[in-house]
Amino acid sequence: MDMQKVDAIIEKYNKDETALLAVLQDIQAEKNYLPREAMERVAEIMEVPFSRVSSLATFFSSFSLEPRGEHIVTICMGTACHVRGAPLVLKEVERELGIANGETTSDLKFTIETVNCVGACALGPLVIIDENYHGNISTSEVEEMLEQYQNPSKQEG
Amino acid sequence: MVKVNSPKALEEIIQKKKKESGKEGTYISICGGTGCIASGGNGVLEAFQEVIADDPDVKLVRTGCHGFCERGPLVVIQPQGILYQKVKPGDAADIYEKTIKNGEIIKKHLYRDQKKQAYEKEADVPFYKFQKRIVFKMNGHIDPEKIDDYLAMDGYSALSKVLTSMKPDQIIDTVIKSGLRGRGGGGFPAGIKWKSTKAATGDKKYVLCNADEGDPGAFMDRSIMEGNPHSVIEGMLIGAYAIGSDEGYIYIRNEYPLAIKRLKVALEQAREYGFLGKNILGTDFSFDIKINRGGGAFVCGESTALMLSIEGKVGRPRTKYIHTADSGLWDKPTNLNNVETWANIPHIFNKGVDWFTSIGTGDVSEHPWGGSKGTKIFSLVGKVNNTGLVEVPFGITLRDIIFKIGGGIKNSKKGRKFKAVQTGGPSGGCIPEKHLDEPVDFDGLTKMGSMMGSGGMIVMDDHTCLVEVARYFVDFLKDESCGKCTPCREGLRRMSQILNRIVVGEGKEGDIELLEKLASAMEISSLCALGQTAAYPVLSTIKYFREEYERHIKDGYCDGKQCTELIRYNIDEDACTGCSICAKKCPTKAISGELKKTYRIDQSECVRCGVCFNVCNFNAVEILSGSEIKEKMGE
Repeated sequence: MDMQKVDAIIEKYNKDETALLAVLQDIQAEKNYLPREAMERVAEIMEVPFSRVSSLATFFSSFSLEPRGEHIVTICMGTACHVRGAPLVLKEVERELGIANGETTSDLKFTIETVNCVGACALGPLVIIDENYHGNISTSEVEEMLEQYQNPSKQEG
Repeated sequence: MVKVNSPKALEEIIQKKKKESGKEGTYISICGGTGCIASGGNGVLEAFQEVIADDPDVKLVRTGCHGFCERGPLVVIQPQGILYQKVKPGDAADIYEKTIKNGEIIKKHLYRDQKKQAYEKEADVPFYKFQKRIVFKMNGHIDPEKIDDYLAMDGYSALSKVLTSMKPDQIIDTVIKSGLRGRGGGGFPAGIKWKSTKAATGDKKYVLCNADEGDPGAFMDRSIMEGNPHSVIEGMLIGAYAIGSDEGYIYIRNEYPLAIKRLKVALEQAREYGFLGKNILGTDFSFDIKINRGGGAFVCGESTALMLSIEGKVGRPRTKYIHTADSGLWDKPTNLNNVETWANIPHIFNKGVDWFTSIGTGDVSEHPWGGSKGTKIFSLVGKVNNTGLVEVPFGITLRDIIFKIGGGIKNSKKGRKFKAVQTGGPSGGCIPEKHLDEPVDFDGLTKMGSMMGSGGMIVMDDHTCLVEVARYFVDFLKDESCGKCTPCREGLRRMSQILNRIVVGEGKEGDIELLEKLASAMEISSLCALGQTAAYPVLSTIKYFREEYERHIKDGYCDGKQCTELIRYNIDEDACTGCSICAKKCPTKAISGELKKTYRIDQSECVRCGVCFNVCNFNAVEILSGSEIKEKMGE
């Protein structure tokens, strides 16, 4: 990863130690995951032990230490989505992509993740792909939904 | 922008903004909450912008969440208050021509209830009619990214009032007398908290807002921040002045990007006017707020974990024999309240204690624990017709919320019936039908074996398995347990193992008793509330639905017909018309047959996703469990 970008992010927060979490979030937003070199750089410049950076990166579930796919397929597992069938939708997405929750397809195209709740409960079961919300998804619609991202030419609206 | 440097200047600017707001005339309010945006709200907004571009008499307001997320995108034509639901960008021109120019109601956009009765006005729709919107009052009217809209509705006048006419102790006394209890879950009286923090030794004090709304199924705090961020900021300002703090933080979930954006805009605009910063309204009081984003850890909603997280550390709770009011953020006296609690504060000072205490239950004149005053916002979700956010006075019954406001159970025509309602988030409980007529308040819900929590209300029908629900919450908490204390870490693991074997039909005799034992050990010995209350979903479901647990264990029978290992989908040959819709929709192609004859499910291919059951128009798909499987299918 381009270390200048890491430096710029740290600079934005004035090397403020309390912004450690925010710095890591911004790096992940930039890179899609937290590369080890970037974490080491953060520790060095912000003058905190690497163990502390590492403990934050592993404690909070929004961080990934592995490269993630081009499209992040996030299935909401909040209670409202759960009672409306989210586990079945997750199973179907896993079946369709041939990977388990938390994994990335070998072509680095898709990563499956779950989230505890995004607060769009009226639309449950809900799948968020990148920043697009797909609401009221039933298992029979999963294939079609993923299709839009497999063949970007069809990706309209 | 001119700094508002005195209460008089504020009064002048409020009057000016009222005149400028143009709200006397026609304006179109378009919901810009996360739910409506996800259903295509931005496109609707753009379409209306285009349509009214040449009409100076019509204003457009992109507001925060209106609450009726199920029916989004929502458009309300003011001042008449006509509600159009599920509006599409293509409808904009028609709505403008017919309704705005000619006053004609377009029937197809109106909300219709279960009996197909149409409603023209938002205020008459049962979903809104039985609510009491105080905190949500401005949502739907103001643009959250325009401080002028907030000012035009007397924004920051409560701040001005307390700064000019009240001493800190009087302010705290008012909050205590109002009986305002924490809306984040604990229900601790806000005024008492303020008093302790004010009394704590030290010059530097912090005022925090807990916006780490981690309870799955609850999103009222998000909607307050997205719809009316200044009400939270004004509440925090009043609290900071009373407590003697000059620095505040809002700790917010990173999963709420829109709320973060709108808060940032609001903080910036408040600073420009001088409502944040040094010498606010020309007084000696100075205060500013920073935003801190969470990292997706449920436990960080716990006060000490939240504070550690703001310090840039891992959020693991500590014991609280020293209260955070004495030693919190960076070991300084710290006051933490939830978003909804803060948003109530300006209203209490604008309208007074008598008004506030007239709403709700009990008597708080002696002490603030005497009742539950004001309103509470619930997120009414799950198997209910009108999903959304509802603000109701304490004391309303669960039945009124679910059936009057919520419009009853989804798919009741297909025979679905109410089974339980889950309140209080992962630490809450499931309440059965027999308690539906009891009043909802802090103490009432506790008595029913659940809790208020942050206000999630998840409705479950007879096709919900309560054992599976308990498993869901225990697995959720198992993943979210920080691991610091043994009872919570290990207790949840063992509970999860037991529940996971019960739902696949491998439960053993004695499992229920073992769950109860583990639950009581965790309640007594866990370090923080996460572990102490983690067993509530298990205990409440055992209390009210023990026979369901027993049937899972003894008969391999799932009452909710939900535990996939214990059920089989079967097509009733007599009822099947051979329409083939199930075969078309089946994701694994497990259904085969001949058109106009009957279809069959190949059990070895079936993943039990339930699509066939949902799409069948002739109730020909049945779900079998336990001995039914043998009887009907000979398996």
